[in-house]
Formats: sequence, structure tokens, C-alpha cells
Amino acid sequence: MSDTLTPIAEDLWTDEAEPRLIGGRLPDGIIVFPMPVGDAAKDVEPYPLSRTGKLWSWTSQGFLPKEPYEGPKKEPHEFKGFLLGYVELPGEVIVETRIADAKLEDLSLGMDMEFAIIPFDDTRSTFAFRPENAA
Amino acid sequence: MSDVYIVGAGIHPFGRTEGRTGREQGVYAVREAMADAAIEWEDVEYAYGGSAAAGSADIMVNELGLTGLPFTNVANGCATGGSALASAQNAIGAGVCDIALAVGFDKHPRGSFNAKPSDYGLPEWYGQTGMMLTTQFFALKIQRYMQLYGISRESLGRVAEKAFRNGEKTEHAWRRSQIDLETIMNAPMINDPLTKFMFCSPAEGGVALILASEKKMKELGADGVKIANISVRTRPPNSFEVFQPGISVEEGGKPTTLASQAAYEGAGIGPEDIDVAQLQDTESGAEIMHMAENGFCADGDQEQWLAEGRTEIDGKLPVNTDGGCLACGEPIGASGLRQVYENAVQLRGRGGARQVPNEPKTAYSHVYGAPGLSAVAILER
Repeated sequence: MSDTLTPIAEDLWTDEAEPRLIGGRLPDGIIVFPMPVGDAAKDVEPYPLSRTGKLWSWTSQGFLPKEPYEGPKKEPHEFKGFLLGYVELPGEVIVETRIADAKLEDLSLGMDMEFAIIPFDDTRSTFAFRPENAA
Repeated sequence: MSDVYIVGAGIHPFGRTEGRTGREQGVYAVREAMADAAIEWEDVEYAYGGSAAAGSADIMVNELGLTGLPFTNVANGCATGGSALASAQNAIGAGVCDIALAVGFDKHPRGSFNAKPSDYGLPEWYGQTGMMLTTQFFALKIQRYMQLYGISRESLGRVAEKAFRNGEKTEHAWRRSQIDLETIMNAPMINDPLTKFMFCSPAEGGVALILASEKKMKELGADGVKIANISVRTRPPNSFEVFQPGISVEEGGKPTTLASQAAYEGAGIGPEDIDVAQLQDTESGAEIMHMAENGFCADGDQEQWLAEGRTEIDGKLPVNTDGGCLACGEPIGASGLRQVYENAVQLRGRGGARQVPNEPKTAYSHVYGAPGLSAVAILER
């Protein structure tokens, strides 16, 4: 589905059949997301994150965000809301993410979620998590 | 450090004031505060102040007078007012001067705040994909809290309903008419579970406080309120704050809890001793969570507190007696000092229709903001 789309950022997720978000592993073993850049990346190893986790919290975005949001160009009244939240990747880190293939009323604390790459606009893809049974 | 008192308090009405800059609103507040303290600009020995989006405070000398006083600009986000107040208190407490000014003002464009990822050391994709919004953070924090501690959507509505009810009685408030619970609950959803009326809006306003040593307060014959403690803290490890693409799986502390505990310790009193409180209410859920983070109740007890009206003006612990950010709006540089202003009004018994009964003796104020900082001030009569 997303093969023809360009990832919204380089090195945000791995280029493999089942892509994974790229976090960082600090020298003391702590996992962070995203992978730090610049001086902060010293001694931090890129660390592909788990594709599955549990829903930690969620919300809806009901109004058109101001810049730097680059979603599909729409007038404010044409804006189609989206869902987002945090997913806990056990033993790793809790990541903020779009939530795909779900309605607000489907979501509950601790539900099983899996990683997905979804279209962002006509040319770019972004990452998301979706309920495991939605696949 | 010797005791320091608030001897003058001034405010420019919050909301929208066309044709008056943020700084001019600050100057207006300074003049009100000086009149209240019965002093002249020449009497002010040190000044501290700032705004987030309305320019530097020190240029105020153009309007107020070129007396040569040292004027320090403070740029500390939501804690700008708290930091200015702490600096003024320190100058007097250290014996450097006898009268100092703390001033905060602001003027923001309409609509939600838009932040640049690079200003916060974050990657561009975080903003591009629409996940870098302060409103989302508050929704995500209260959503999880509601699930864990059984807080209902109706409680979120009750907080907003109280804010507008108190705002109606407050001269400096922006939203001065009541909104019923049903309208609040059925308003357009901004970020679930928070509707339009559960969020504060960026706004304008200015607040100034004149501080004095005990000796100077007596000389002036001023109606002073003692600053028992001011504590400003930044975030501890593993905390959950605004603008975090990743959070630690280890649950960490909270800047509010740190500032709160330091303030209670410094003042030598506890939450049970507080008579009136102003708590950061960026949205309804924030007031609820901050009731617990500041030690006033256990997590989850807010549901009962709100149902019983314990945070109403005539309740056990009145919270946000001037309607808070929900009714006054949020001019970032001024909000923290507005809370302290309101507490000074209450302790001096000048609250009029919104006066807390039975002569309150202790008052508590709390701000929270990006990138994870908090300021708490405790005043005593």
C-alpha cells in the first residue's frame, strides 16, 4: 500500500518487510525514542523497537493544527480529524503515534496494538499503531 | 532570609484589548500596583519581569520613568511570573533593596499555540505529522488518568462550569457569563475527552506586584500579605511532559510535586492548612490532576470532591476563585502572577462577590508548563 510513498523522515523506521521504529539504546541500556541526533547521539546505538505493544493513552485531533503541520492541504472546515496516542512497547519505551484503523469508541487502556506504515498525504507515508484485531 | 511582603497588586483585565500592546497592559498593571501600595515609580529599587510573546519588560522604563533602576528581563515560559516574583523576593530577602517590582504580561494570537520542533530539540516530523500540540498532551494525560482513577467526563464539565460561574463575579476575567453543564459537555470536541469549553484560550493581560521588606511595609502603612514561600522546579527523570515523542517505561516524578513539596516545607505548613488555592487549569483535567499533585486529595477523590462542591468558593477548599485560566484566558507571561494577585485579593478580604468566607489566612498558587516546570507560591496573612 505504501510502497510508492516516501517516508516522512529518513531513519525513522527500518527498511524491511515488517518495518520497525528506530529508537536508541543508551550506554546504560535504557531505550529512548526517537534515536537522538548530533552530540546527543554519542554512544547511543540505533535500536529497532518492538512491533507490538499496549495502548497507554489516546485522544482525537478535532481541529486543523497550525504550522508546522503538513497534512493534506485542506480548509479548516474540511479537516478530517485523526486519532493519536501513546503505545507502551514492553521493556522498551512508550512512543507517541498516530492510531489507525480504529474509532474512538474502540479504544481502551492496555489493548494490544501493532505497528503499521500508513499514507500521510499523496506522496508521503508515516507510522502508526492499530488495534491488533484490525489488521 | 528576612520576610518579604506583597504591598501592592495591580492587574490589567484579561481577554482581548484591541489597540493596547501587551507591554502597555503591563505598564497599566504596574501603575495600579503602585497606587495600591501608595508609592511612586521613583521608590521602586529593583524590577523583574517578562512575557512569552509580547517583548521585553525592561523597555517599560520609557513609560514609567528613567530612574536608572536595574530591570531584569525574565523569559521562563509559564514560570515567567513565578521566576520574576522569586527574584524580587530574593533581592529584598537578601537585603539588597526594600522595594521591588515583579511584572508579567502577554498578548498572543488567536487559536492554539504553535510550537517549532527545533526550539524544543525535536525532529521536524513530530510537528509535520500533527503530534506537537499542547492540547493533545493535556488530553492524553487526563484520558489515562480518568481510566486509572475513575474520573468521569461529567467531572471535567463541572470544573469548567465552576470556572465560568466564578468568572462572572470577577472584574478582571475574560469569560464573564455562566455556561451550563450540558452546553459544556455537548460543545465541539477539541481533543477527546476535552470539549471547546474545557480548554483555556491564549489571551492578553498584565499583572504587577510590589514587594517590600517588613520595615518598609510598616513605614508605608501598607496592607501587606506575607510571602511564605516560592518554589520553582524543573522536571525530574522519567516524567511525562508536554512535547514527548517517547516516554520512559519507568514511571517518574512530576515537577509539580517537587515544587509543591518544597513550598510546603519552606512555609512549614501542609496542604490541610491551605484556605484557598489557584491551580493551573489549562484545561479542566489539569485542575483535577493538579488537586492531587499538589497534595490536596488522593488520586480519584476528585470525583467526590467535585460532586460535593468542595472546590466552590464556599467549599472546603475553594479552587480558582477568579475562574482561573478557563475564564481569564492564558497570557503565558501574566497567568502565574494573576494567581498570586487573586490570592492577595482573597487574603486582604477584597474579593467582593467572589470573596472566600471566614477570612482566609493561607493561599496557594501553582503553575505548570512546557518543557516540564512548575512554580508554587504560598502566601500568609
